[in-house]
Amino acid sequence: MSEDMKEMVLEYVREEYVDEDDEDTELDYDTPLISGGLVDSFSMVSLKVFLEKKYHIQIPDAKATPEAFDSVNKIVALVKEYQD
Amino acid sequence: MAYNEAARQHFASELTATREAGLFKDERYIHSAQGAEIEVEFPAGSPPKKVINMCANNYLGLSSHPEVIGAAHEGLEERGYGMSSVRFICGTQDIHRELEESITAFLETEDTVLFPSCMDANAGVFEAILGDEDVIIADRLVHASIIDGIRLCSAHQDSFKHSDMKHLERKLELHQDKRFRLIVTDGVFSMDGDLAKLDEIVDLAERYDAMIMLDDSHATGFIGKTGKGVHEHFGVLGRMDIITTTLGKAMGGASGGCVSGRKELVELCRQRARPYLFSNAMPPVIVAAAQRVVDLISQTTERRDKLEWNAGYWRQGLSDIGFDLRPGESPIVPVMLYNAKLSQDVSRDLFDEGIYAVGFFFPVVPKGQARIRTQLSAAHDKEHLDFALEAFRKVGEKHQILGLKKKDIIARFGA
Repeated sequence: MSEDMKEMVLEYVREEYVDEDDEDTELDYDTPLISGGLVDSFSMVSLKVFLEKKYHIQIPDAKATPEAFDSVNKIVALVKEYQD
Repeated sequence: MAYNEAARQHFASELTATREAGLFKDERYIHSAQGAEIEVEFPAGSPPKKVINMCANNYLGLSSHPEVIGAAHEGLEERGYGMSSVRFICGTQDIHRELEESITAFLETEDTVLFPSCMDANAGVFEAILGDEDVIIADRLVHASIIDGIRLCSAHQDSFKHSDMKHLERKLELHQDKRFRLIVTDGVFSMDGDLAKLDEIVDLAERYDAMIMLDDSHATGFIGKTGKGVHEHFGVLGRMDIITTTLGKAMGGASGGCVSGRKELVELCRQRARPYLFSNAMPPVIVAAAQRVVDLISQTTERRDKLEWNAGYWRQGLSDIGFDLRPGESPIVPVMLYNAKLSQDVSRDLFDEGIYAVGFFFPVVPKGQARIRTQLSAAHDKEHLDFALEAFRKVGEKHQILGLKKKDIIARFGA
């Protein structure tokens, strides 16, 4: 389940933030997304909305910090916190 | 006292951290008027040195133009120095409204409202017109002021990959359930100098029933064959719902901005936009000078034509020397160096050679994409550009980067 979620989030991040012709960006579960400059804090909003819709959860704005969204692993941990 | 030693130390340590991260911005003192040649004190305390300015937004060379200065003098004499009021109390002179009407005619829109800056226009426009039933879909590389404005608005927020029309289309499909969709883009992107694909955006907006907002700050006055902006360049005049732009770059360069577009949207900004309602009216001296700028660029395309020639000559020159450039057709020509330290070293060496051009690196641009952003002006003569090209060649040779592409530069200097 956790592996599925990781893969799903990774795929979303790749689709949403990496350009098709970008051969330089290497992406894994621990790649720093925000501090690494791949996801800016502005487009982080769409990532939050995606997670909330996909997993039927509500992440409070105060918890949706750049630190909490900084890697796929951290995102999955955050999502799990708000699942039943 | 609240500002005690602990508070002082806290704030001082934040500054130290900024310095240690290499993000501290030092200001260089210019001892002359803005122009192609300026006198710069750098480092602080040094005698001012005459250098060629390759990094101003003075695209049309009007910042110190005698006619603009003359109009400013007249405005100052005839209408005074300050308005001591916001626009809707007792801050609107006839010349404010005349300038708004002139900008409307120039941009070929329905109406215009002036703001203290385009930063303020962008900060105020979204909240004034959209609500929580709507969605704003912005290009990921829009200017910081747009991001601030979007954050102040209760509409849903989304974004699309820079100039990626397929991604934008997916977002438009996704948000068909919203009341209004607003696509937001810069006309010319300030860090890369590329133009938004406005013709394709117009098609998508029509197909998916969306409005368009264009920030044309790096285009008004010179992009398009009569300088109206990126909407003229792509043949979509009259199709923009909102244009925000600045008087602080090509248009005389002092300050001021505006929201121009559909008359109801402009009127809503006049009624509701907080930076408009709660800031002083633009000073008469700036209004009078900006009016002269609009008159000058409406009469002749001479200056934007010269700028276009300069940009082509400069781009070709740098490319012939062997620099790695971002492709584009605007007067913003980024020289790619990829490595942050290299960009700082090249900038300093250029200064020694008499060229003022600043290095940009993370977080202003993405990591590993450091560059020297050069900007052309109609104030540059061919002699200035030839001198600057020679300086670039010399500095490029010193660092042995001429003829190298991205991979080679990163292999040698790191990303």
